[in-house]
Amino acid sequence: MQQPLRVVPVEAGLADPRDYVGQARDTRRASQAPSRGLGLTIRGLRKSFGDNEVLRGIDLHIPAGQFVAIVGRSGCGKSTLLRLIAGLDKPTAGSIGFGAEARAEDIRVMFQEPRLLPWARVLSNVEVGLGRDRSSADARARAEQALAEVGLADKREQWPAVLSGGQKQRVALARALVSRPRVLAFDEPLGALDALTRISMQRLLGRVWHDQGFTAILVTHDVSEAVALADRVLVIEEGRIAHDMDVDVVRPRQRGSADLAALEGGILRDLLKGDDSTDL
Amino acid sequence: MSIVESLPRVRAWRLPRVDGLTQWIVPLVIILTWQAASVTGFMPARVMPAPSDVALAGWKLLLSGELAQNIWVSFWRASVGFLIGGSIGFAFGLANGLSQLSSKLTDTTLQMVRNVPHLALIPLVILWFGIDESAKLFLVALGVFFPIYLNTLHGIRTVDPQLIEMGRIYGMSNGELFRRVIFPGALPSIFVGVRFALGIMWLTLIVAETIAASSGLGYMAMQAREFMQIDVVVLSILIYALLGKVADSASRLLERLTLSWHPAFQKQ
Repeated sequence: MQQPLRVVPVEAGLADPRDYVGQARDTRRASQAPSRGLGLTIRGLRKSFGDNEVLRGIDLHIPAGQFVAIVGRSGCGKSTLLRLIAGLDKPTAGSIGFGAEARAEDIRVMFQEPRLLPWARVLSNVEVGLGRDRSSADARARAEQALAEVGLADKREQWPAVLSGGQKQRVALARALVSRPRVLAFDEPLGALDALTRISMQRLLGRVWHDQGFTAILVTHDVSEAVALADRVLVIEEGRIAHDMDVDVVRPRQRGSADLAALEGGILRDLLKGDDSTDL
Repeated sequence: MSIVESLPRVRAWRLPRVDGLTQWIVPLVIILTWQAASVTGFMPARVMPAPSDVALAGWKLLLSGELAQNIWVSFWRASVGFLIGGSIGFAFGLANGLSQLSSKLTDTTLQMVRNVPHLALIPLVILWFGIDESAKLFLVALGVFFPIYLNTLHGIRTVDPQLIEMGRIYGMSNGELFRRVIFPGALPSIFVGVRFALGIMWLTLIVAETIAASSGLGYMAMQAREFMQIDVVVLSILIYALLGKVADSASRLLERLTLSWHPAFQKQ
């Protein structure tokens, strides 16, 4: 007799240590995941706004398919770095090179705000992400598939106004994913969400990164999010890379495990060392 | 969920199926009170004729064909003037909202002209156009121009810049950006302009027709005044109220059709 299949909705799928099936699936994915990502080399990158030099010489190599988290205090330049990588702003000096010829559709950004068009249905919002392929014959099918990947296939004819904050961000993720990008840059994508929605969104981000093998660059102020998701954490201080550390913790990772907690504590100590006390 | 929605429902006693009629209760009560006051002699017919007398006057004018003729003339002037002034205002609003150069070139001039009450131009307009149709159309178009211009401009300038940046990131061309982001974003504000403009349209037309015209509702009212036909005067005023209501309902309907995405139109 066949076992009934248990479908776990994305939002309900919080870290459950007994979710063996899910973990086995994740492990299998990890072993098969082909890296379609683009590598990234940054040399002597500087950015000034008027007299204010925000980035003061960044040299960085990101291998294809890596998940990099960038943390730092507000105003340290981490979002500026992300905007330069995504091509939203022009650097004052220095260069950013991708491993191969990158098309506009290969690099996508997801922001803290979902930035959905309120006057377009959910599915049309996802279609926007196709860029120049918007008018192609399979645009609709591709958008539907991307929407299904984030677990919102049943919301495709809704207006964005009726969705919850987490759902809007998932639509924004579907829009970013629909063109099958090779670099995906996240600018605090979960900053405005409540704690539980954040955790389920982090799992979703981790899953699509596994599945699609893009290079992920995540800017966040949440150190625990950074160590839970990333292969590598960069700490930026005053416009420079102050620390560059690998997160050598096997996936799937257990939220709150001792390894992650130790890493998180170390990074937080670095970030807060200018303060008078690191105690709460 | 907004605060309003989370409050307990006050309208628990809502009448079934007559919801659409609720808005007409107050006008009906006013007319009945008015009729009663006239019948009892509380309000002399010289000051205010009874509603029944007004209706009778309306019926007579309707039979003679005069009423339909005058309403049609006024309606025609209002809509043509609105279309002309509205489209010019919309065009300038677009140009100045989208182009810095155009805005620098024309906005200051337009703001100066805006501060001249357009009805103050009536003597000049009569000198230019006589009491011809073009005089009325000119005044209506001028009056309608500014609310549409200002609100179109405002709508375009206040489109969320984050959405525009998003559109650019996703490779929208300028035309696509306008069609998919800027215009829909400006639309709610444009409709505010349209509703203002409709009010100004009637106001301008009435004044223009009472001062210089040989047909139309305003002319009908002025003629009636000459002959002390107070019932016809009141009738004209009521027709203006009704036409104003019709214009407003039409723009609301259009709003509801085009802004169905807007949270304010998603009550159900």
